[in-house]
Amino acid sequence: MSAREDTLARIAQNRPKGDHALPVVPNFAPLVGDDLEAEFGERLKRMGGRIAVPVPGEDPFAAVRERLDGAAVIASAVPEISGNRDLAQVARPQDLADVDVAIVRAVFGVAETGSVLFTQRELQVNAVAYLAQHLVVLLDPADILVNIQAAYRRADFAQAAYAVLHTGPSATADIEGVLIHGAQGVRSLTVILCPRGTTENATA
Amino acid sequence: MTNADQSGLREPAAESDRGQDGRPLQHAEAATQPVAVKAPREAQPRGAKIRGDRPIDQAEAAERFLAAPLHQKAHDARLWDLRSKRDTAAFGIPEWEELRELASQIKTHTLANLDRYLLEFEANAKANGVHVHWAADGADHNRIVHGILKDHGAKTLIKSKSMLTEECGFRHYMAGTGIEVIETDLGERIQQLDNEEPSHVVVPAVHKTRLDVAEVFAKTMGTDPENDDVHYLAESQRMHTRPLILNADAGMTGCNFAIAETGTVVTCTNEGNADLSGNVPKLQIHSIGIEKLIPKIEHLGVFIRLLSRSALGSPITQYTSHFRAPRDGTEMHMVLVDNGRSERLGMEEFWTSLKCIRCGACMNTCPVYRRSGGLSYGATYSGPIGLIIDPTFNKRKYSTLPFSSTMNGSCTNVCPVKINIHEQIFAWRKVLAEEHQIPLLKQGMMKAAGQVLSRPATYRAAIGAADSALKVLPRFAVYNPLNTWGKGREMPDSPRQTFHSWYKQNRMKKDGAR
Repeated sequence: MSAREDTLARIAQNRPKGDHALPVVPNFAPLVGDDLEAEFGERLKRMGGRIAVPVPGEDPFAAVRERLDGAAVIASAVPEISGNRDLAQVARPQDLADVDVAIVRAVFGVAETGSVLFTQRELQVNAVAYLAQHLVVLLDPADILVNIQAAYRRADFAQAAYAVLHTGPSATADIEGVLIHGAQGVRSLTVILCPRGTTENATA
Repeated sequence: MTNADQSGLREPAAESDRGQDGRPLQHAEAATQPVAVKAPREAQPRGAKIRGDRPIDQAEAAERFLAAPLHQKAHDARLWDLRSKRDTAAFGIPEWEELRELASQIKTHTLANLDRYLLEFEANAKANGVHVHWAADGADHNRIVHGILKDHGAKTLIKSKSMLTEECGFRHYMAGTGIEVIETDLGERIQQLDNEEPSHVVVPAVHKTRLDVAEVFAKTMGTDPENDDVHYLAESQRMHTRPLILNADAGMTGCNFAIAETGTVVTCTNEGNADLSGNVPKLQIHSIGIEKLIPKIEHLGVFIRLLSRSALGSPITQYTSHFRAPRDGTEMHMVLVDNGRSERLGMEEFWTSLKCIRCGACMNTCPVYRRSGGLSYGATYSGPIGLIIDPTFNKRKYSTLPFSSTMNGSCTNVCPVKINIHEQIFAWRKVLAEEHQIPLLKQGMMKAAGQVLSRPATYRAAIGAADSALKVLPRFAVYNPLNTWGKGREMPDSPRQTFHSWYKQNRMKKDGAR
């Protein structure tokens, strides 16, 4: 018998008897208050991320302008800003190893945890969100969901080839509990609250 | 040394990265209490001696760990800190107990219908363009993965941390194949470079101090042996590993949850290394223990809320990644590994251990684990969960482990999927005794204790002669060289008078003899 048939046969024989119904998961009351923007920002900061709320009429990228100005290679996956590394032209993920700043838009945010979701569609090249030194995320405040339960009711997870929740930057405390950002992935993650399709194209 | 106070301890807040508002952060595995181990250097205690199938002498290894007080104290403090962070996170959610119950029931349901859910997972993964493999055991898993790598002419493999691949002995197997395996989780990489197994399922190098890490990195990566700054060590590892990631021919991850309805593999990590492993090389492999199945995406809404809070006290890991289908022009393989799980499903007293989501909460709370170190167990899984899983792999080799417990039940109380861990530890003791798997000395001890305890008169005579039960029986039972948990602990001072003699003296006189 193959390993497959063997395992399946043994499970059929050994599985716990009785009717173990799948429980219905109730809708739990949100842990956060009504101001989802503020709740999201506070939790993101606790997870090592940064939050920026642009002043209307001023540079939406003001919070990261210094970083952008100092960057040699910028990969932008959003129309709001143009970089100098075209993700559509990237042949291999490895070619993004020199990216200083990547800019992507989140599908949604989660207030309970300060997380943002990306799929392969937003990232264009998945690896850019890890190989870049710094990640800048655009998030429409209208796209902030109240909690993780609400996030997992979204269809994105079943449809995307790759979907990922980022909550702050890459982090480790594997040595004596000392927290360090940029373990293997991005050293910083900044979320700019920025409605979809309202910002004029700016140049980096 | 930087930021050291007079005792040599450095506040993690002084060293850890800070938040946007300048406040210290405590996410990921970050400590809230100082654990920095001061000089003078203390040699790192090593784990249990492995002698083929012979029973692991956990007590012996624990004794060596206790004999290294700097390591032992730092280890104890660090894990208790994680346990405290877990409590704070759990208390912050009113429905915590309900979530635990739901998680437990979802796992029960899935395990009771595991064949059906595995078939559903397989069908969906195949429909997503994924190559699905089935491995009967660890050796089978290693052969399958080796075969995939050979077929693609792969010479290097980057991987993220996976307890399953540890269980399969994957790295050891690959050492003889000419294909280089590179661990990319910082803690796991430290362990790989030091030729040691991970000592904890979540924080693999938690038993090491920064001085130990500095020594390992100096030897293997050429870093400055005198520089034990944690930022320097972590950054050196990043710079050293980055080219290995970029040039790897294949990437590999484990699996925290496998979703039947979509064929998705979910990984929960803090460093982003699983996402690099899955998104940079052209070939990606995901190894999945068959018990990782859960029915639907919506159930992640229960498990994700429990996992990182139980493990680290943070609301979620930095990355929660959902791998469903290959990228354009790449290949994706999933290996479903049994390795004794379908057998364990039939063990009436022990099958619920298959619910485990590897959060490590039971380890962090366990007084034996905190004071003996994960490597003292000489097994892939250490701590309370290890005590009940390891004997299913090898009854003889791990026959002594279920005795490394105080039976305080704390493990059961913190388990996010409500496994009755301490009851299973007790049940294993019975099974191993009945099957004569426990060492003769321990059998003799239990037999003698049983004889004394079963005869009230003998018991009273025994303790009367010594004036105290604690002076006879518990010393005999507690400080027996094979009874690990008595090591390094002193029992409270025994009362000058036994309860029985006090009762006889004070009550029997007044109330009349009974």
